Amino acid sequence: MTQPAAYRVSHLDALEAESIFIFREVVAEFERPVLLFSGGKDSIVMLRLAEKSFAPARIPFPVMHVDTGHNFPEVMAYRDRRVAELGLQLVVASVPEALESGLVTEPADGVRNRIQTPVLLDAVEKYRFDALFGGARRDEEKARAKERVFSFRDEFGQWDPKNQRPELWALYNGRHHPGESIRVFPLSNWTELDVWHYIARERLTLPSIYYAHEREVVERDGMLYAVNEFIRPRAGETPFVARVRYRTVGDASCTAAVRSEADTVEKVIEEVAATRITERGATRGDDRFSEAAMEDRKREGYF
Amino acid sequence: MTAALVSAETRTMDLLRFATAGSVDDGKSTLIGRLLYDTKSLFTDQLAAVEAVSAARGDEYTNLALLTDGLRAEREQGITIDVAYRYFATPRRKFIIADTPGHIQYTRNMVTGASTADLALILVDARKGLVEQSRRHAFLCSLLRVPHLVLCVNKMDLVDWSSEVFERIADEFTAFAAKLEAPDLSVIPISALHGDNIVSRSEHMPWYEGPSLLHHLEHVHIASDRNLVDVRFPVQYVIRPQSTTVTDYRGYAGQVASGVMKPGDEVMVLPSGFTSRIAAIETADGPVEQAFPPMSVTVRLTDEIDISRGDMICRPNNAPAVAQDIEAMVCWMDETRPLRAGNKYAIKHTTRAARAIVRTLHYRLDVNSLHRDEAATELGLNEIGRVRLRTTVPLLADEYRRNRTTGGFIIIDETTNRTVGAGMIVEAG
Ligand SMILES: Nc1nc2c(ncn2[C@@H]2O[C@H](COP(=O)(O)OP(=O)(O)OP(=O)(O)O)[C@@H](O)[C@H]2O)c(=O)[nH]1
Ligand SMILES: [Mg+2]
Repeated sequence: MTQPAAYRVSHLDALEAESIFIFREVVAEFERPVLLFSGGKDSIVMLRLAEKSFAPARIPFPVMHVDTGHNFPEVMAYRDRRVAELGLQLVVASVPEALESGLVTEPADGVRNRIQTPVLLDAVEKYRFDALFGGARRDEEKARAKERVFSFRDEFGQWDPKNQRPELWALYNGRHHPGESIRVFPLSNWTELDVWHYIARERLTLPSIYYAHEREVVERDGMLYAVNEFIRPRAGETPFVARVRYRTVGDASCTAAVRSEADTVEKVIEEVAATRITERGATRGDDRFSEAAMEDRKREGYF
Repeated sequence: MTAALVSAETRTMDLLRFATAGSVDDGKSTLIGRLLYDTKSLFTDQLAAVEAVSAARGDEYTNLALLTDGLRAEREQGITIDVAYRYFATPRRKFIIADTPGHIQYTRNMVTGASTADLALILVDARKGLVEQSRRHAFLCSLLRVPHLVLCVNKMDLVDWSSEVFERIADEFTAFAAKLEAPDLSVIPISALHGDNIVSRSEHMPWYEGPSLLHHLEHVHIASDRNLVDVRFPVQYVIRPQSTTVTDYRGYAGQVASGVMKPGDEVMVLPSGFTSRIAAIETADGPVEQAFPPMSVTVRLTDEIDISRGDMICRPNNAPAVAQDIEAMVCWMDETRPLRAGNKYAIKHTTRAARAIVRTLHYRLDVNSLHRDEAATELGLNEIGRVRLRTTVPLLADEYRRNRTTGGFIIIDETTNRTVGAGMIVEAG
């Protein structure tokens, strides 16, 4: 049986169809879903897919930003603009407020990655969210490579990688008891390159820091960190201006930039296709502590 | 990566999902590591991390299995525990790999990885030949109707690249596979560790005249695996905007399970049996002229009929069974409570939720001999058997062998909420 070319589905269309299916399953089966929106490229793609899943109706759930207080201004402006355009409700889970109330304490090194988790879990409890869409992709990191599309969390928000629910076909099991929740990853099967191809195809606007620009940086542990209110040059470090862009956007105090001349989406695609280093390896100070840093954070309830 | 991956062509490549299978230590993870390494799909930091871990452990060579065995416990024990998903592309195709565990205790994770696969690589250690776990995994692949199987006789370096050893295992497996009605079977002798017959043809085995594994993966014909005959559209969600600009809109959102739908087609909605016509098939990018798997679309009908999640749109002259009595093969995945006649469970079938009682356990299957034990009274962890279920509401079901989407269901324990079984419908009546 041969098929006319008309029935072909490109891999990007197949990925999109799968993600849309996932969004619709969650909205049909859960009471209080929420989408984690950081203003980063993966959450921007996720939001676009959510928009497509329910058109011509509006996205039927709020978005949440876990705000470490260490932000890139361009990204915050983007976040607020996008939320207004889509008429969404924005919930901010604020780390600075949690520091003030004593829910968490500032780590000695000032890196707030780990203290995001209790703040996130606190907001989940307060708003009684039962499904949380996250933009994590399996190609990002070896612990993420192991995670289900519907990832069960107990009442402490913990992930148990040795005892995940089987996940057959596209029959996702979202059942849970009150207090438990499901993390849902619609971009599980997307790669960094797929994300950029999709950004190009959908003509999505991104915060400007994803494209090459001049910035004052210091070199630290082999990575380039922007000099800003969170990162000050240390003894022996000389700031210099370089042409860079961000491959990932996380906490501004521990996300590094990469040297780049890619100032358009097409050039970024070329750069990503040719790169020999993973996006987290190139940009995240927080993953360098140990081989299992991500797995440990995820067990505690991190995204 | 080559320039070919950048071009517009990349966006129109097709997608092949494949899973590994086979017994513990037969080399599944090493094979995936080798495939990624030899296709230059690895990143330098990933490789450096794996080299460092290998060196610190005193391995004689870099253990490529560490590329997929990413959990702390997996590295400590040197085995795969849960599926790892990895991605790579060649100019011909994009691949999604599910590297599954061989250990019997984690069979359910192997089933997870194989359930969505277009193709399964079944590895066998050339020194050991077929063992019970190779047969179990081959059987599960056939039960799950993975359309293409490749037997990889691995570790050929340890049997002097012997064609006799290879032939013997290939013959034994082919005989076993015949009993399984395996749809499409290929056999390749490889050395995952040394890269023989992985990306290019091996110099050590001139007697082998077939393609390398990668060549096979790039060329295996998968387009006709989809069922484009039986229209099945399980309704996932009803889109009804509460808006002043879009009024009176009612669309049925879902993913096409099989068949081709077009505007103007006469359709029937189950379980009600009402008929109507397709007014339009929409996506956020505008209307489309036809919808087929795996497209996610929104269907609008010409008549106002009551349709909700769990209903199914099909054709009046080609419809699934509407049935509460279900005959199915079940793979049991729970270590705490076995399946027994009389037990009640929740089930999920397409977008439909129901409760079910196990009426009868007909038999339990011995995966080695395929013997049916009709005296069995329960199915324990990793056991497979045939059951009869009675459901609280009718399922809109096809035989699994004809339709992997409308023929499969999961069984959920109502107290723990865990997924405890995978069901494949043999007969719905
Ligand atoms: N000599 C030789 N050794 C191999 C070959 N392939 C794998 N091995 C070795 O076999 C051992 C087990 O390999 P793995 O890849 O971890 O096996 P696996 O099938 O993934 O095991 P599980 O996932 O735990 O079921 C490792 O020590 C590998 O180096 C091969 O082709 N030749
Ligand atoms: Mg393995």
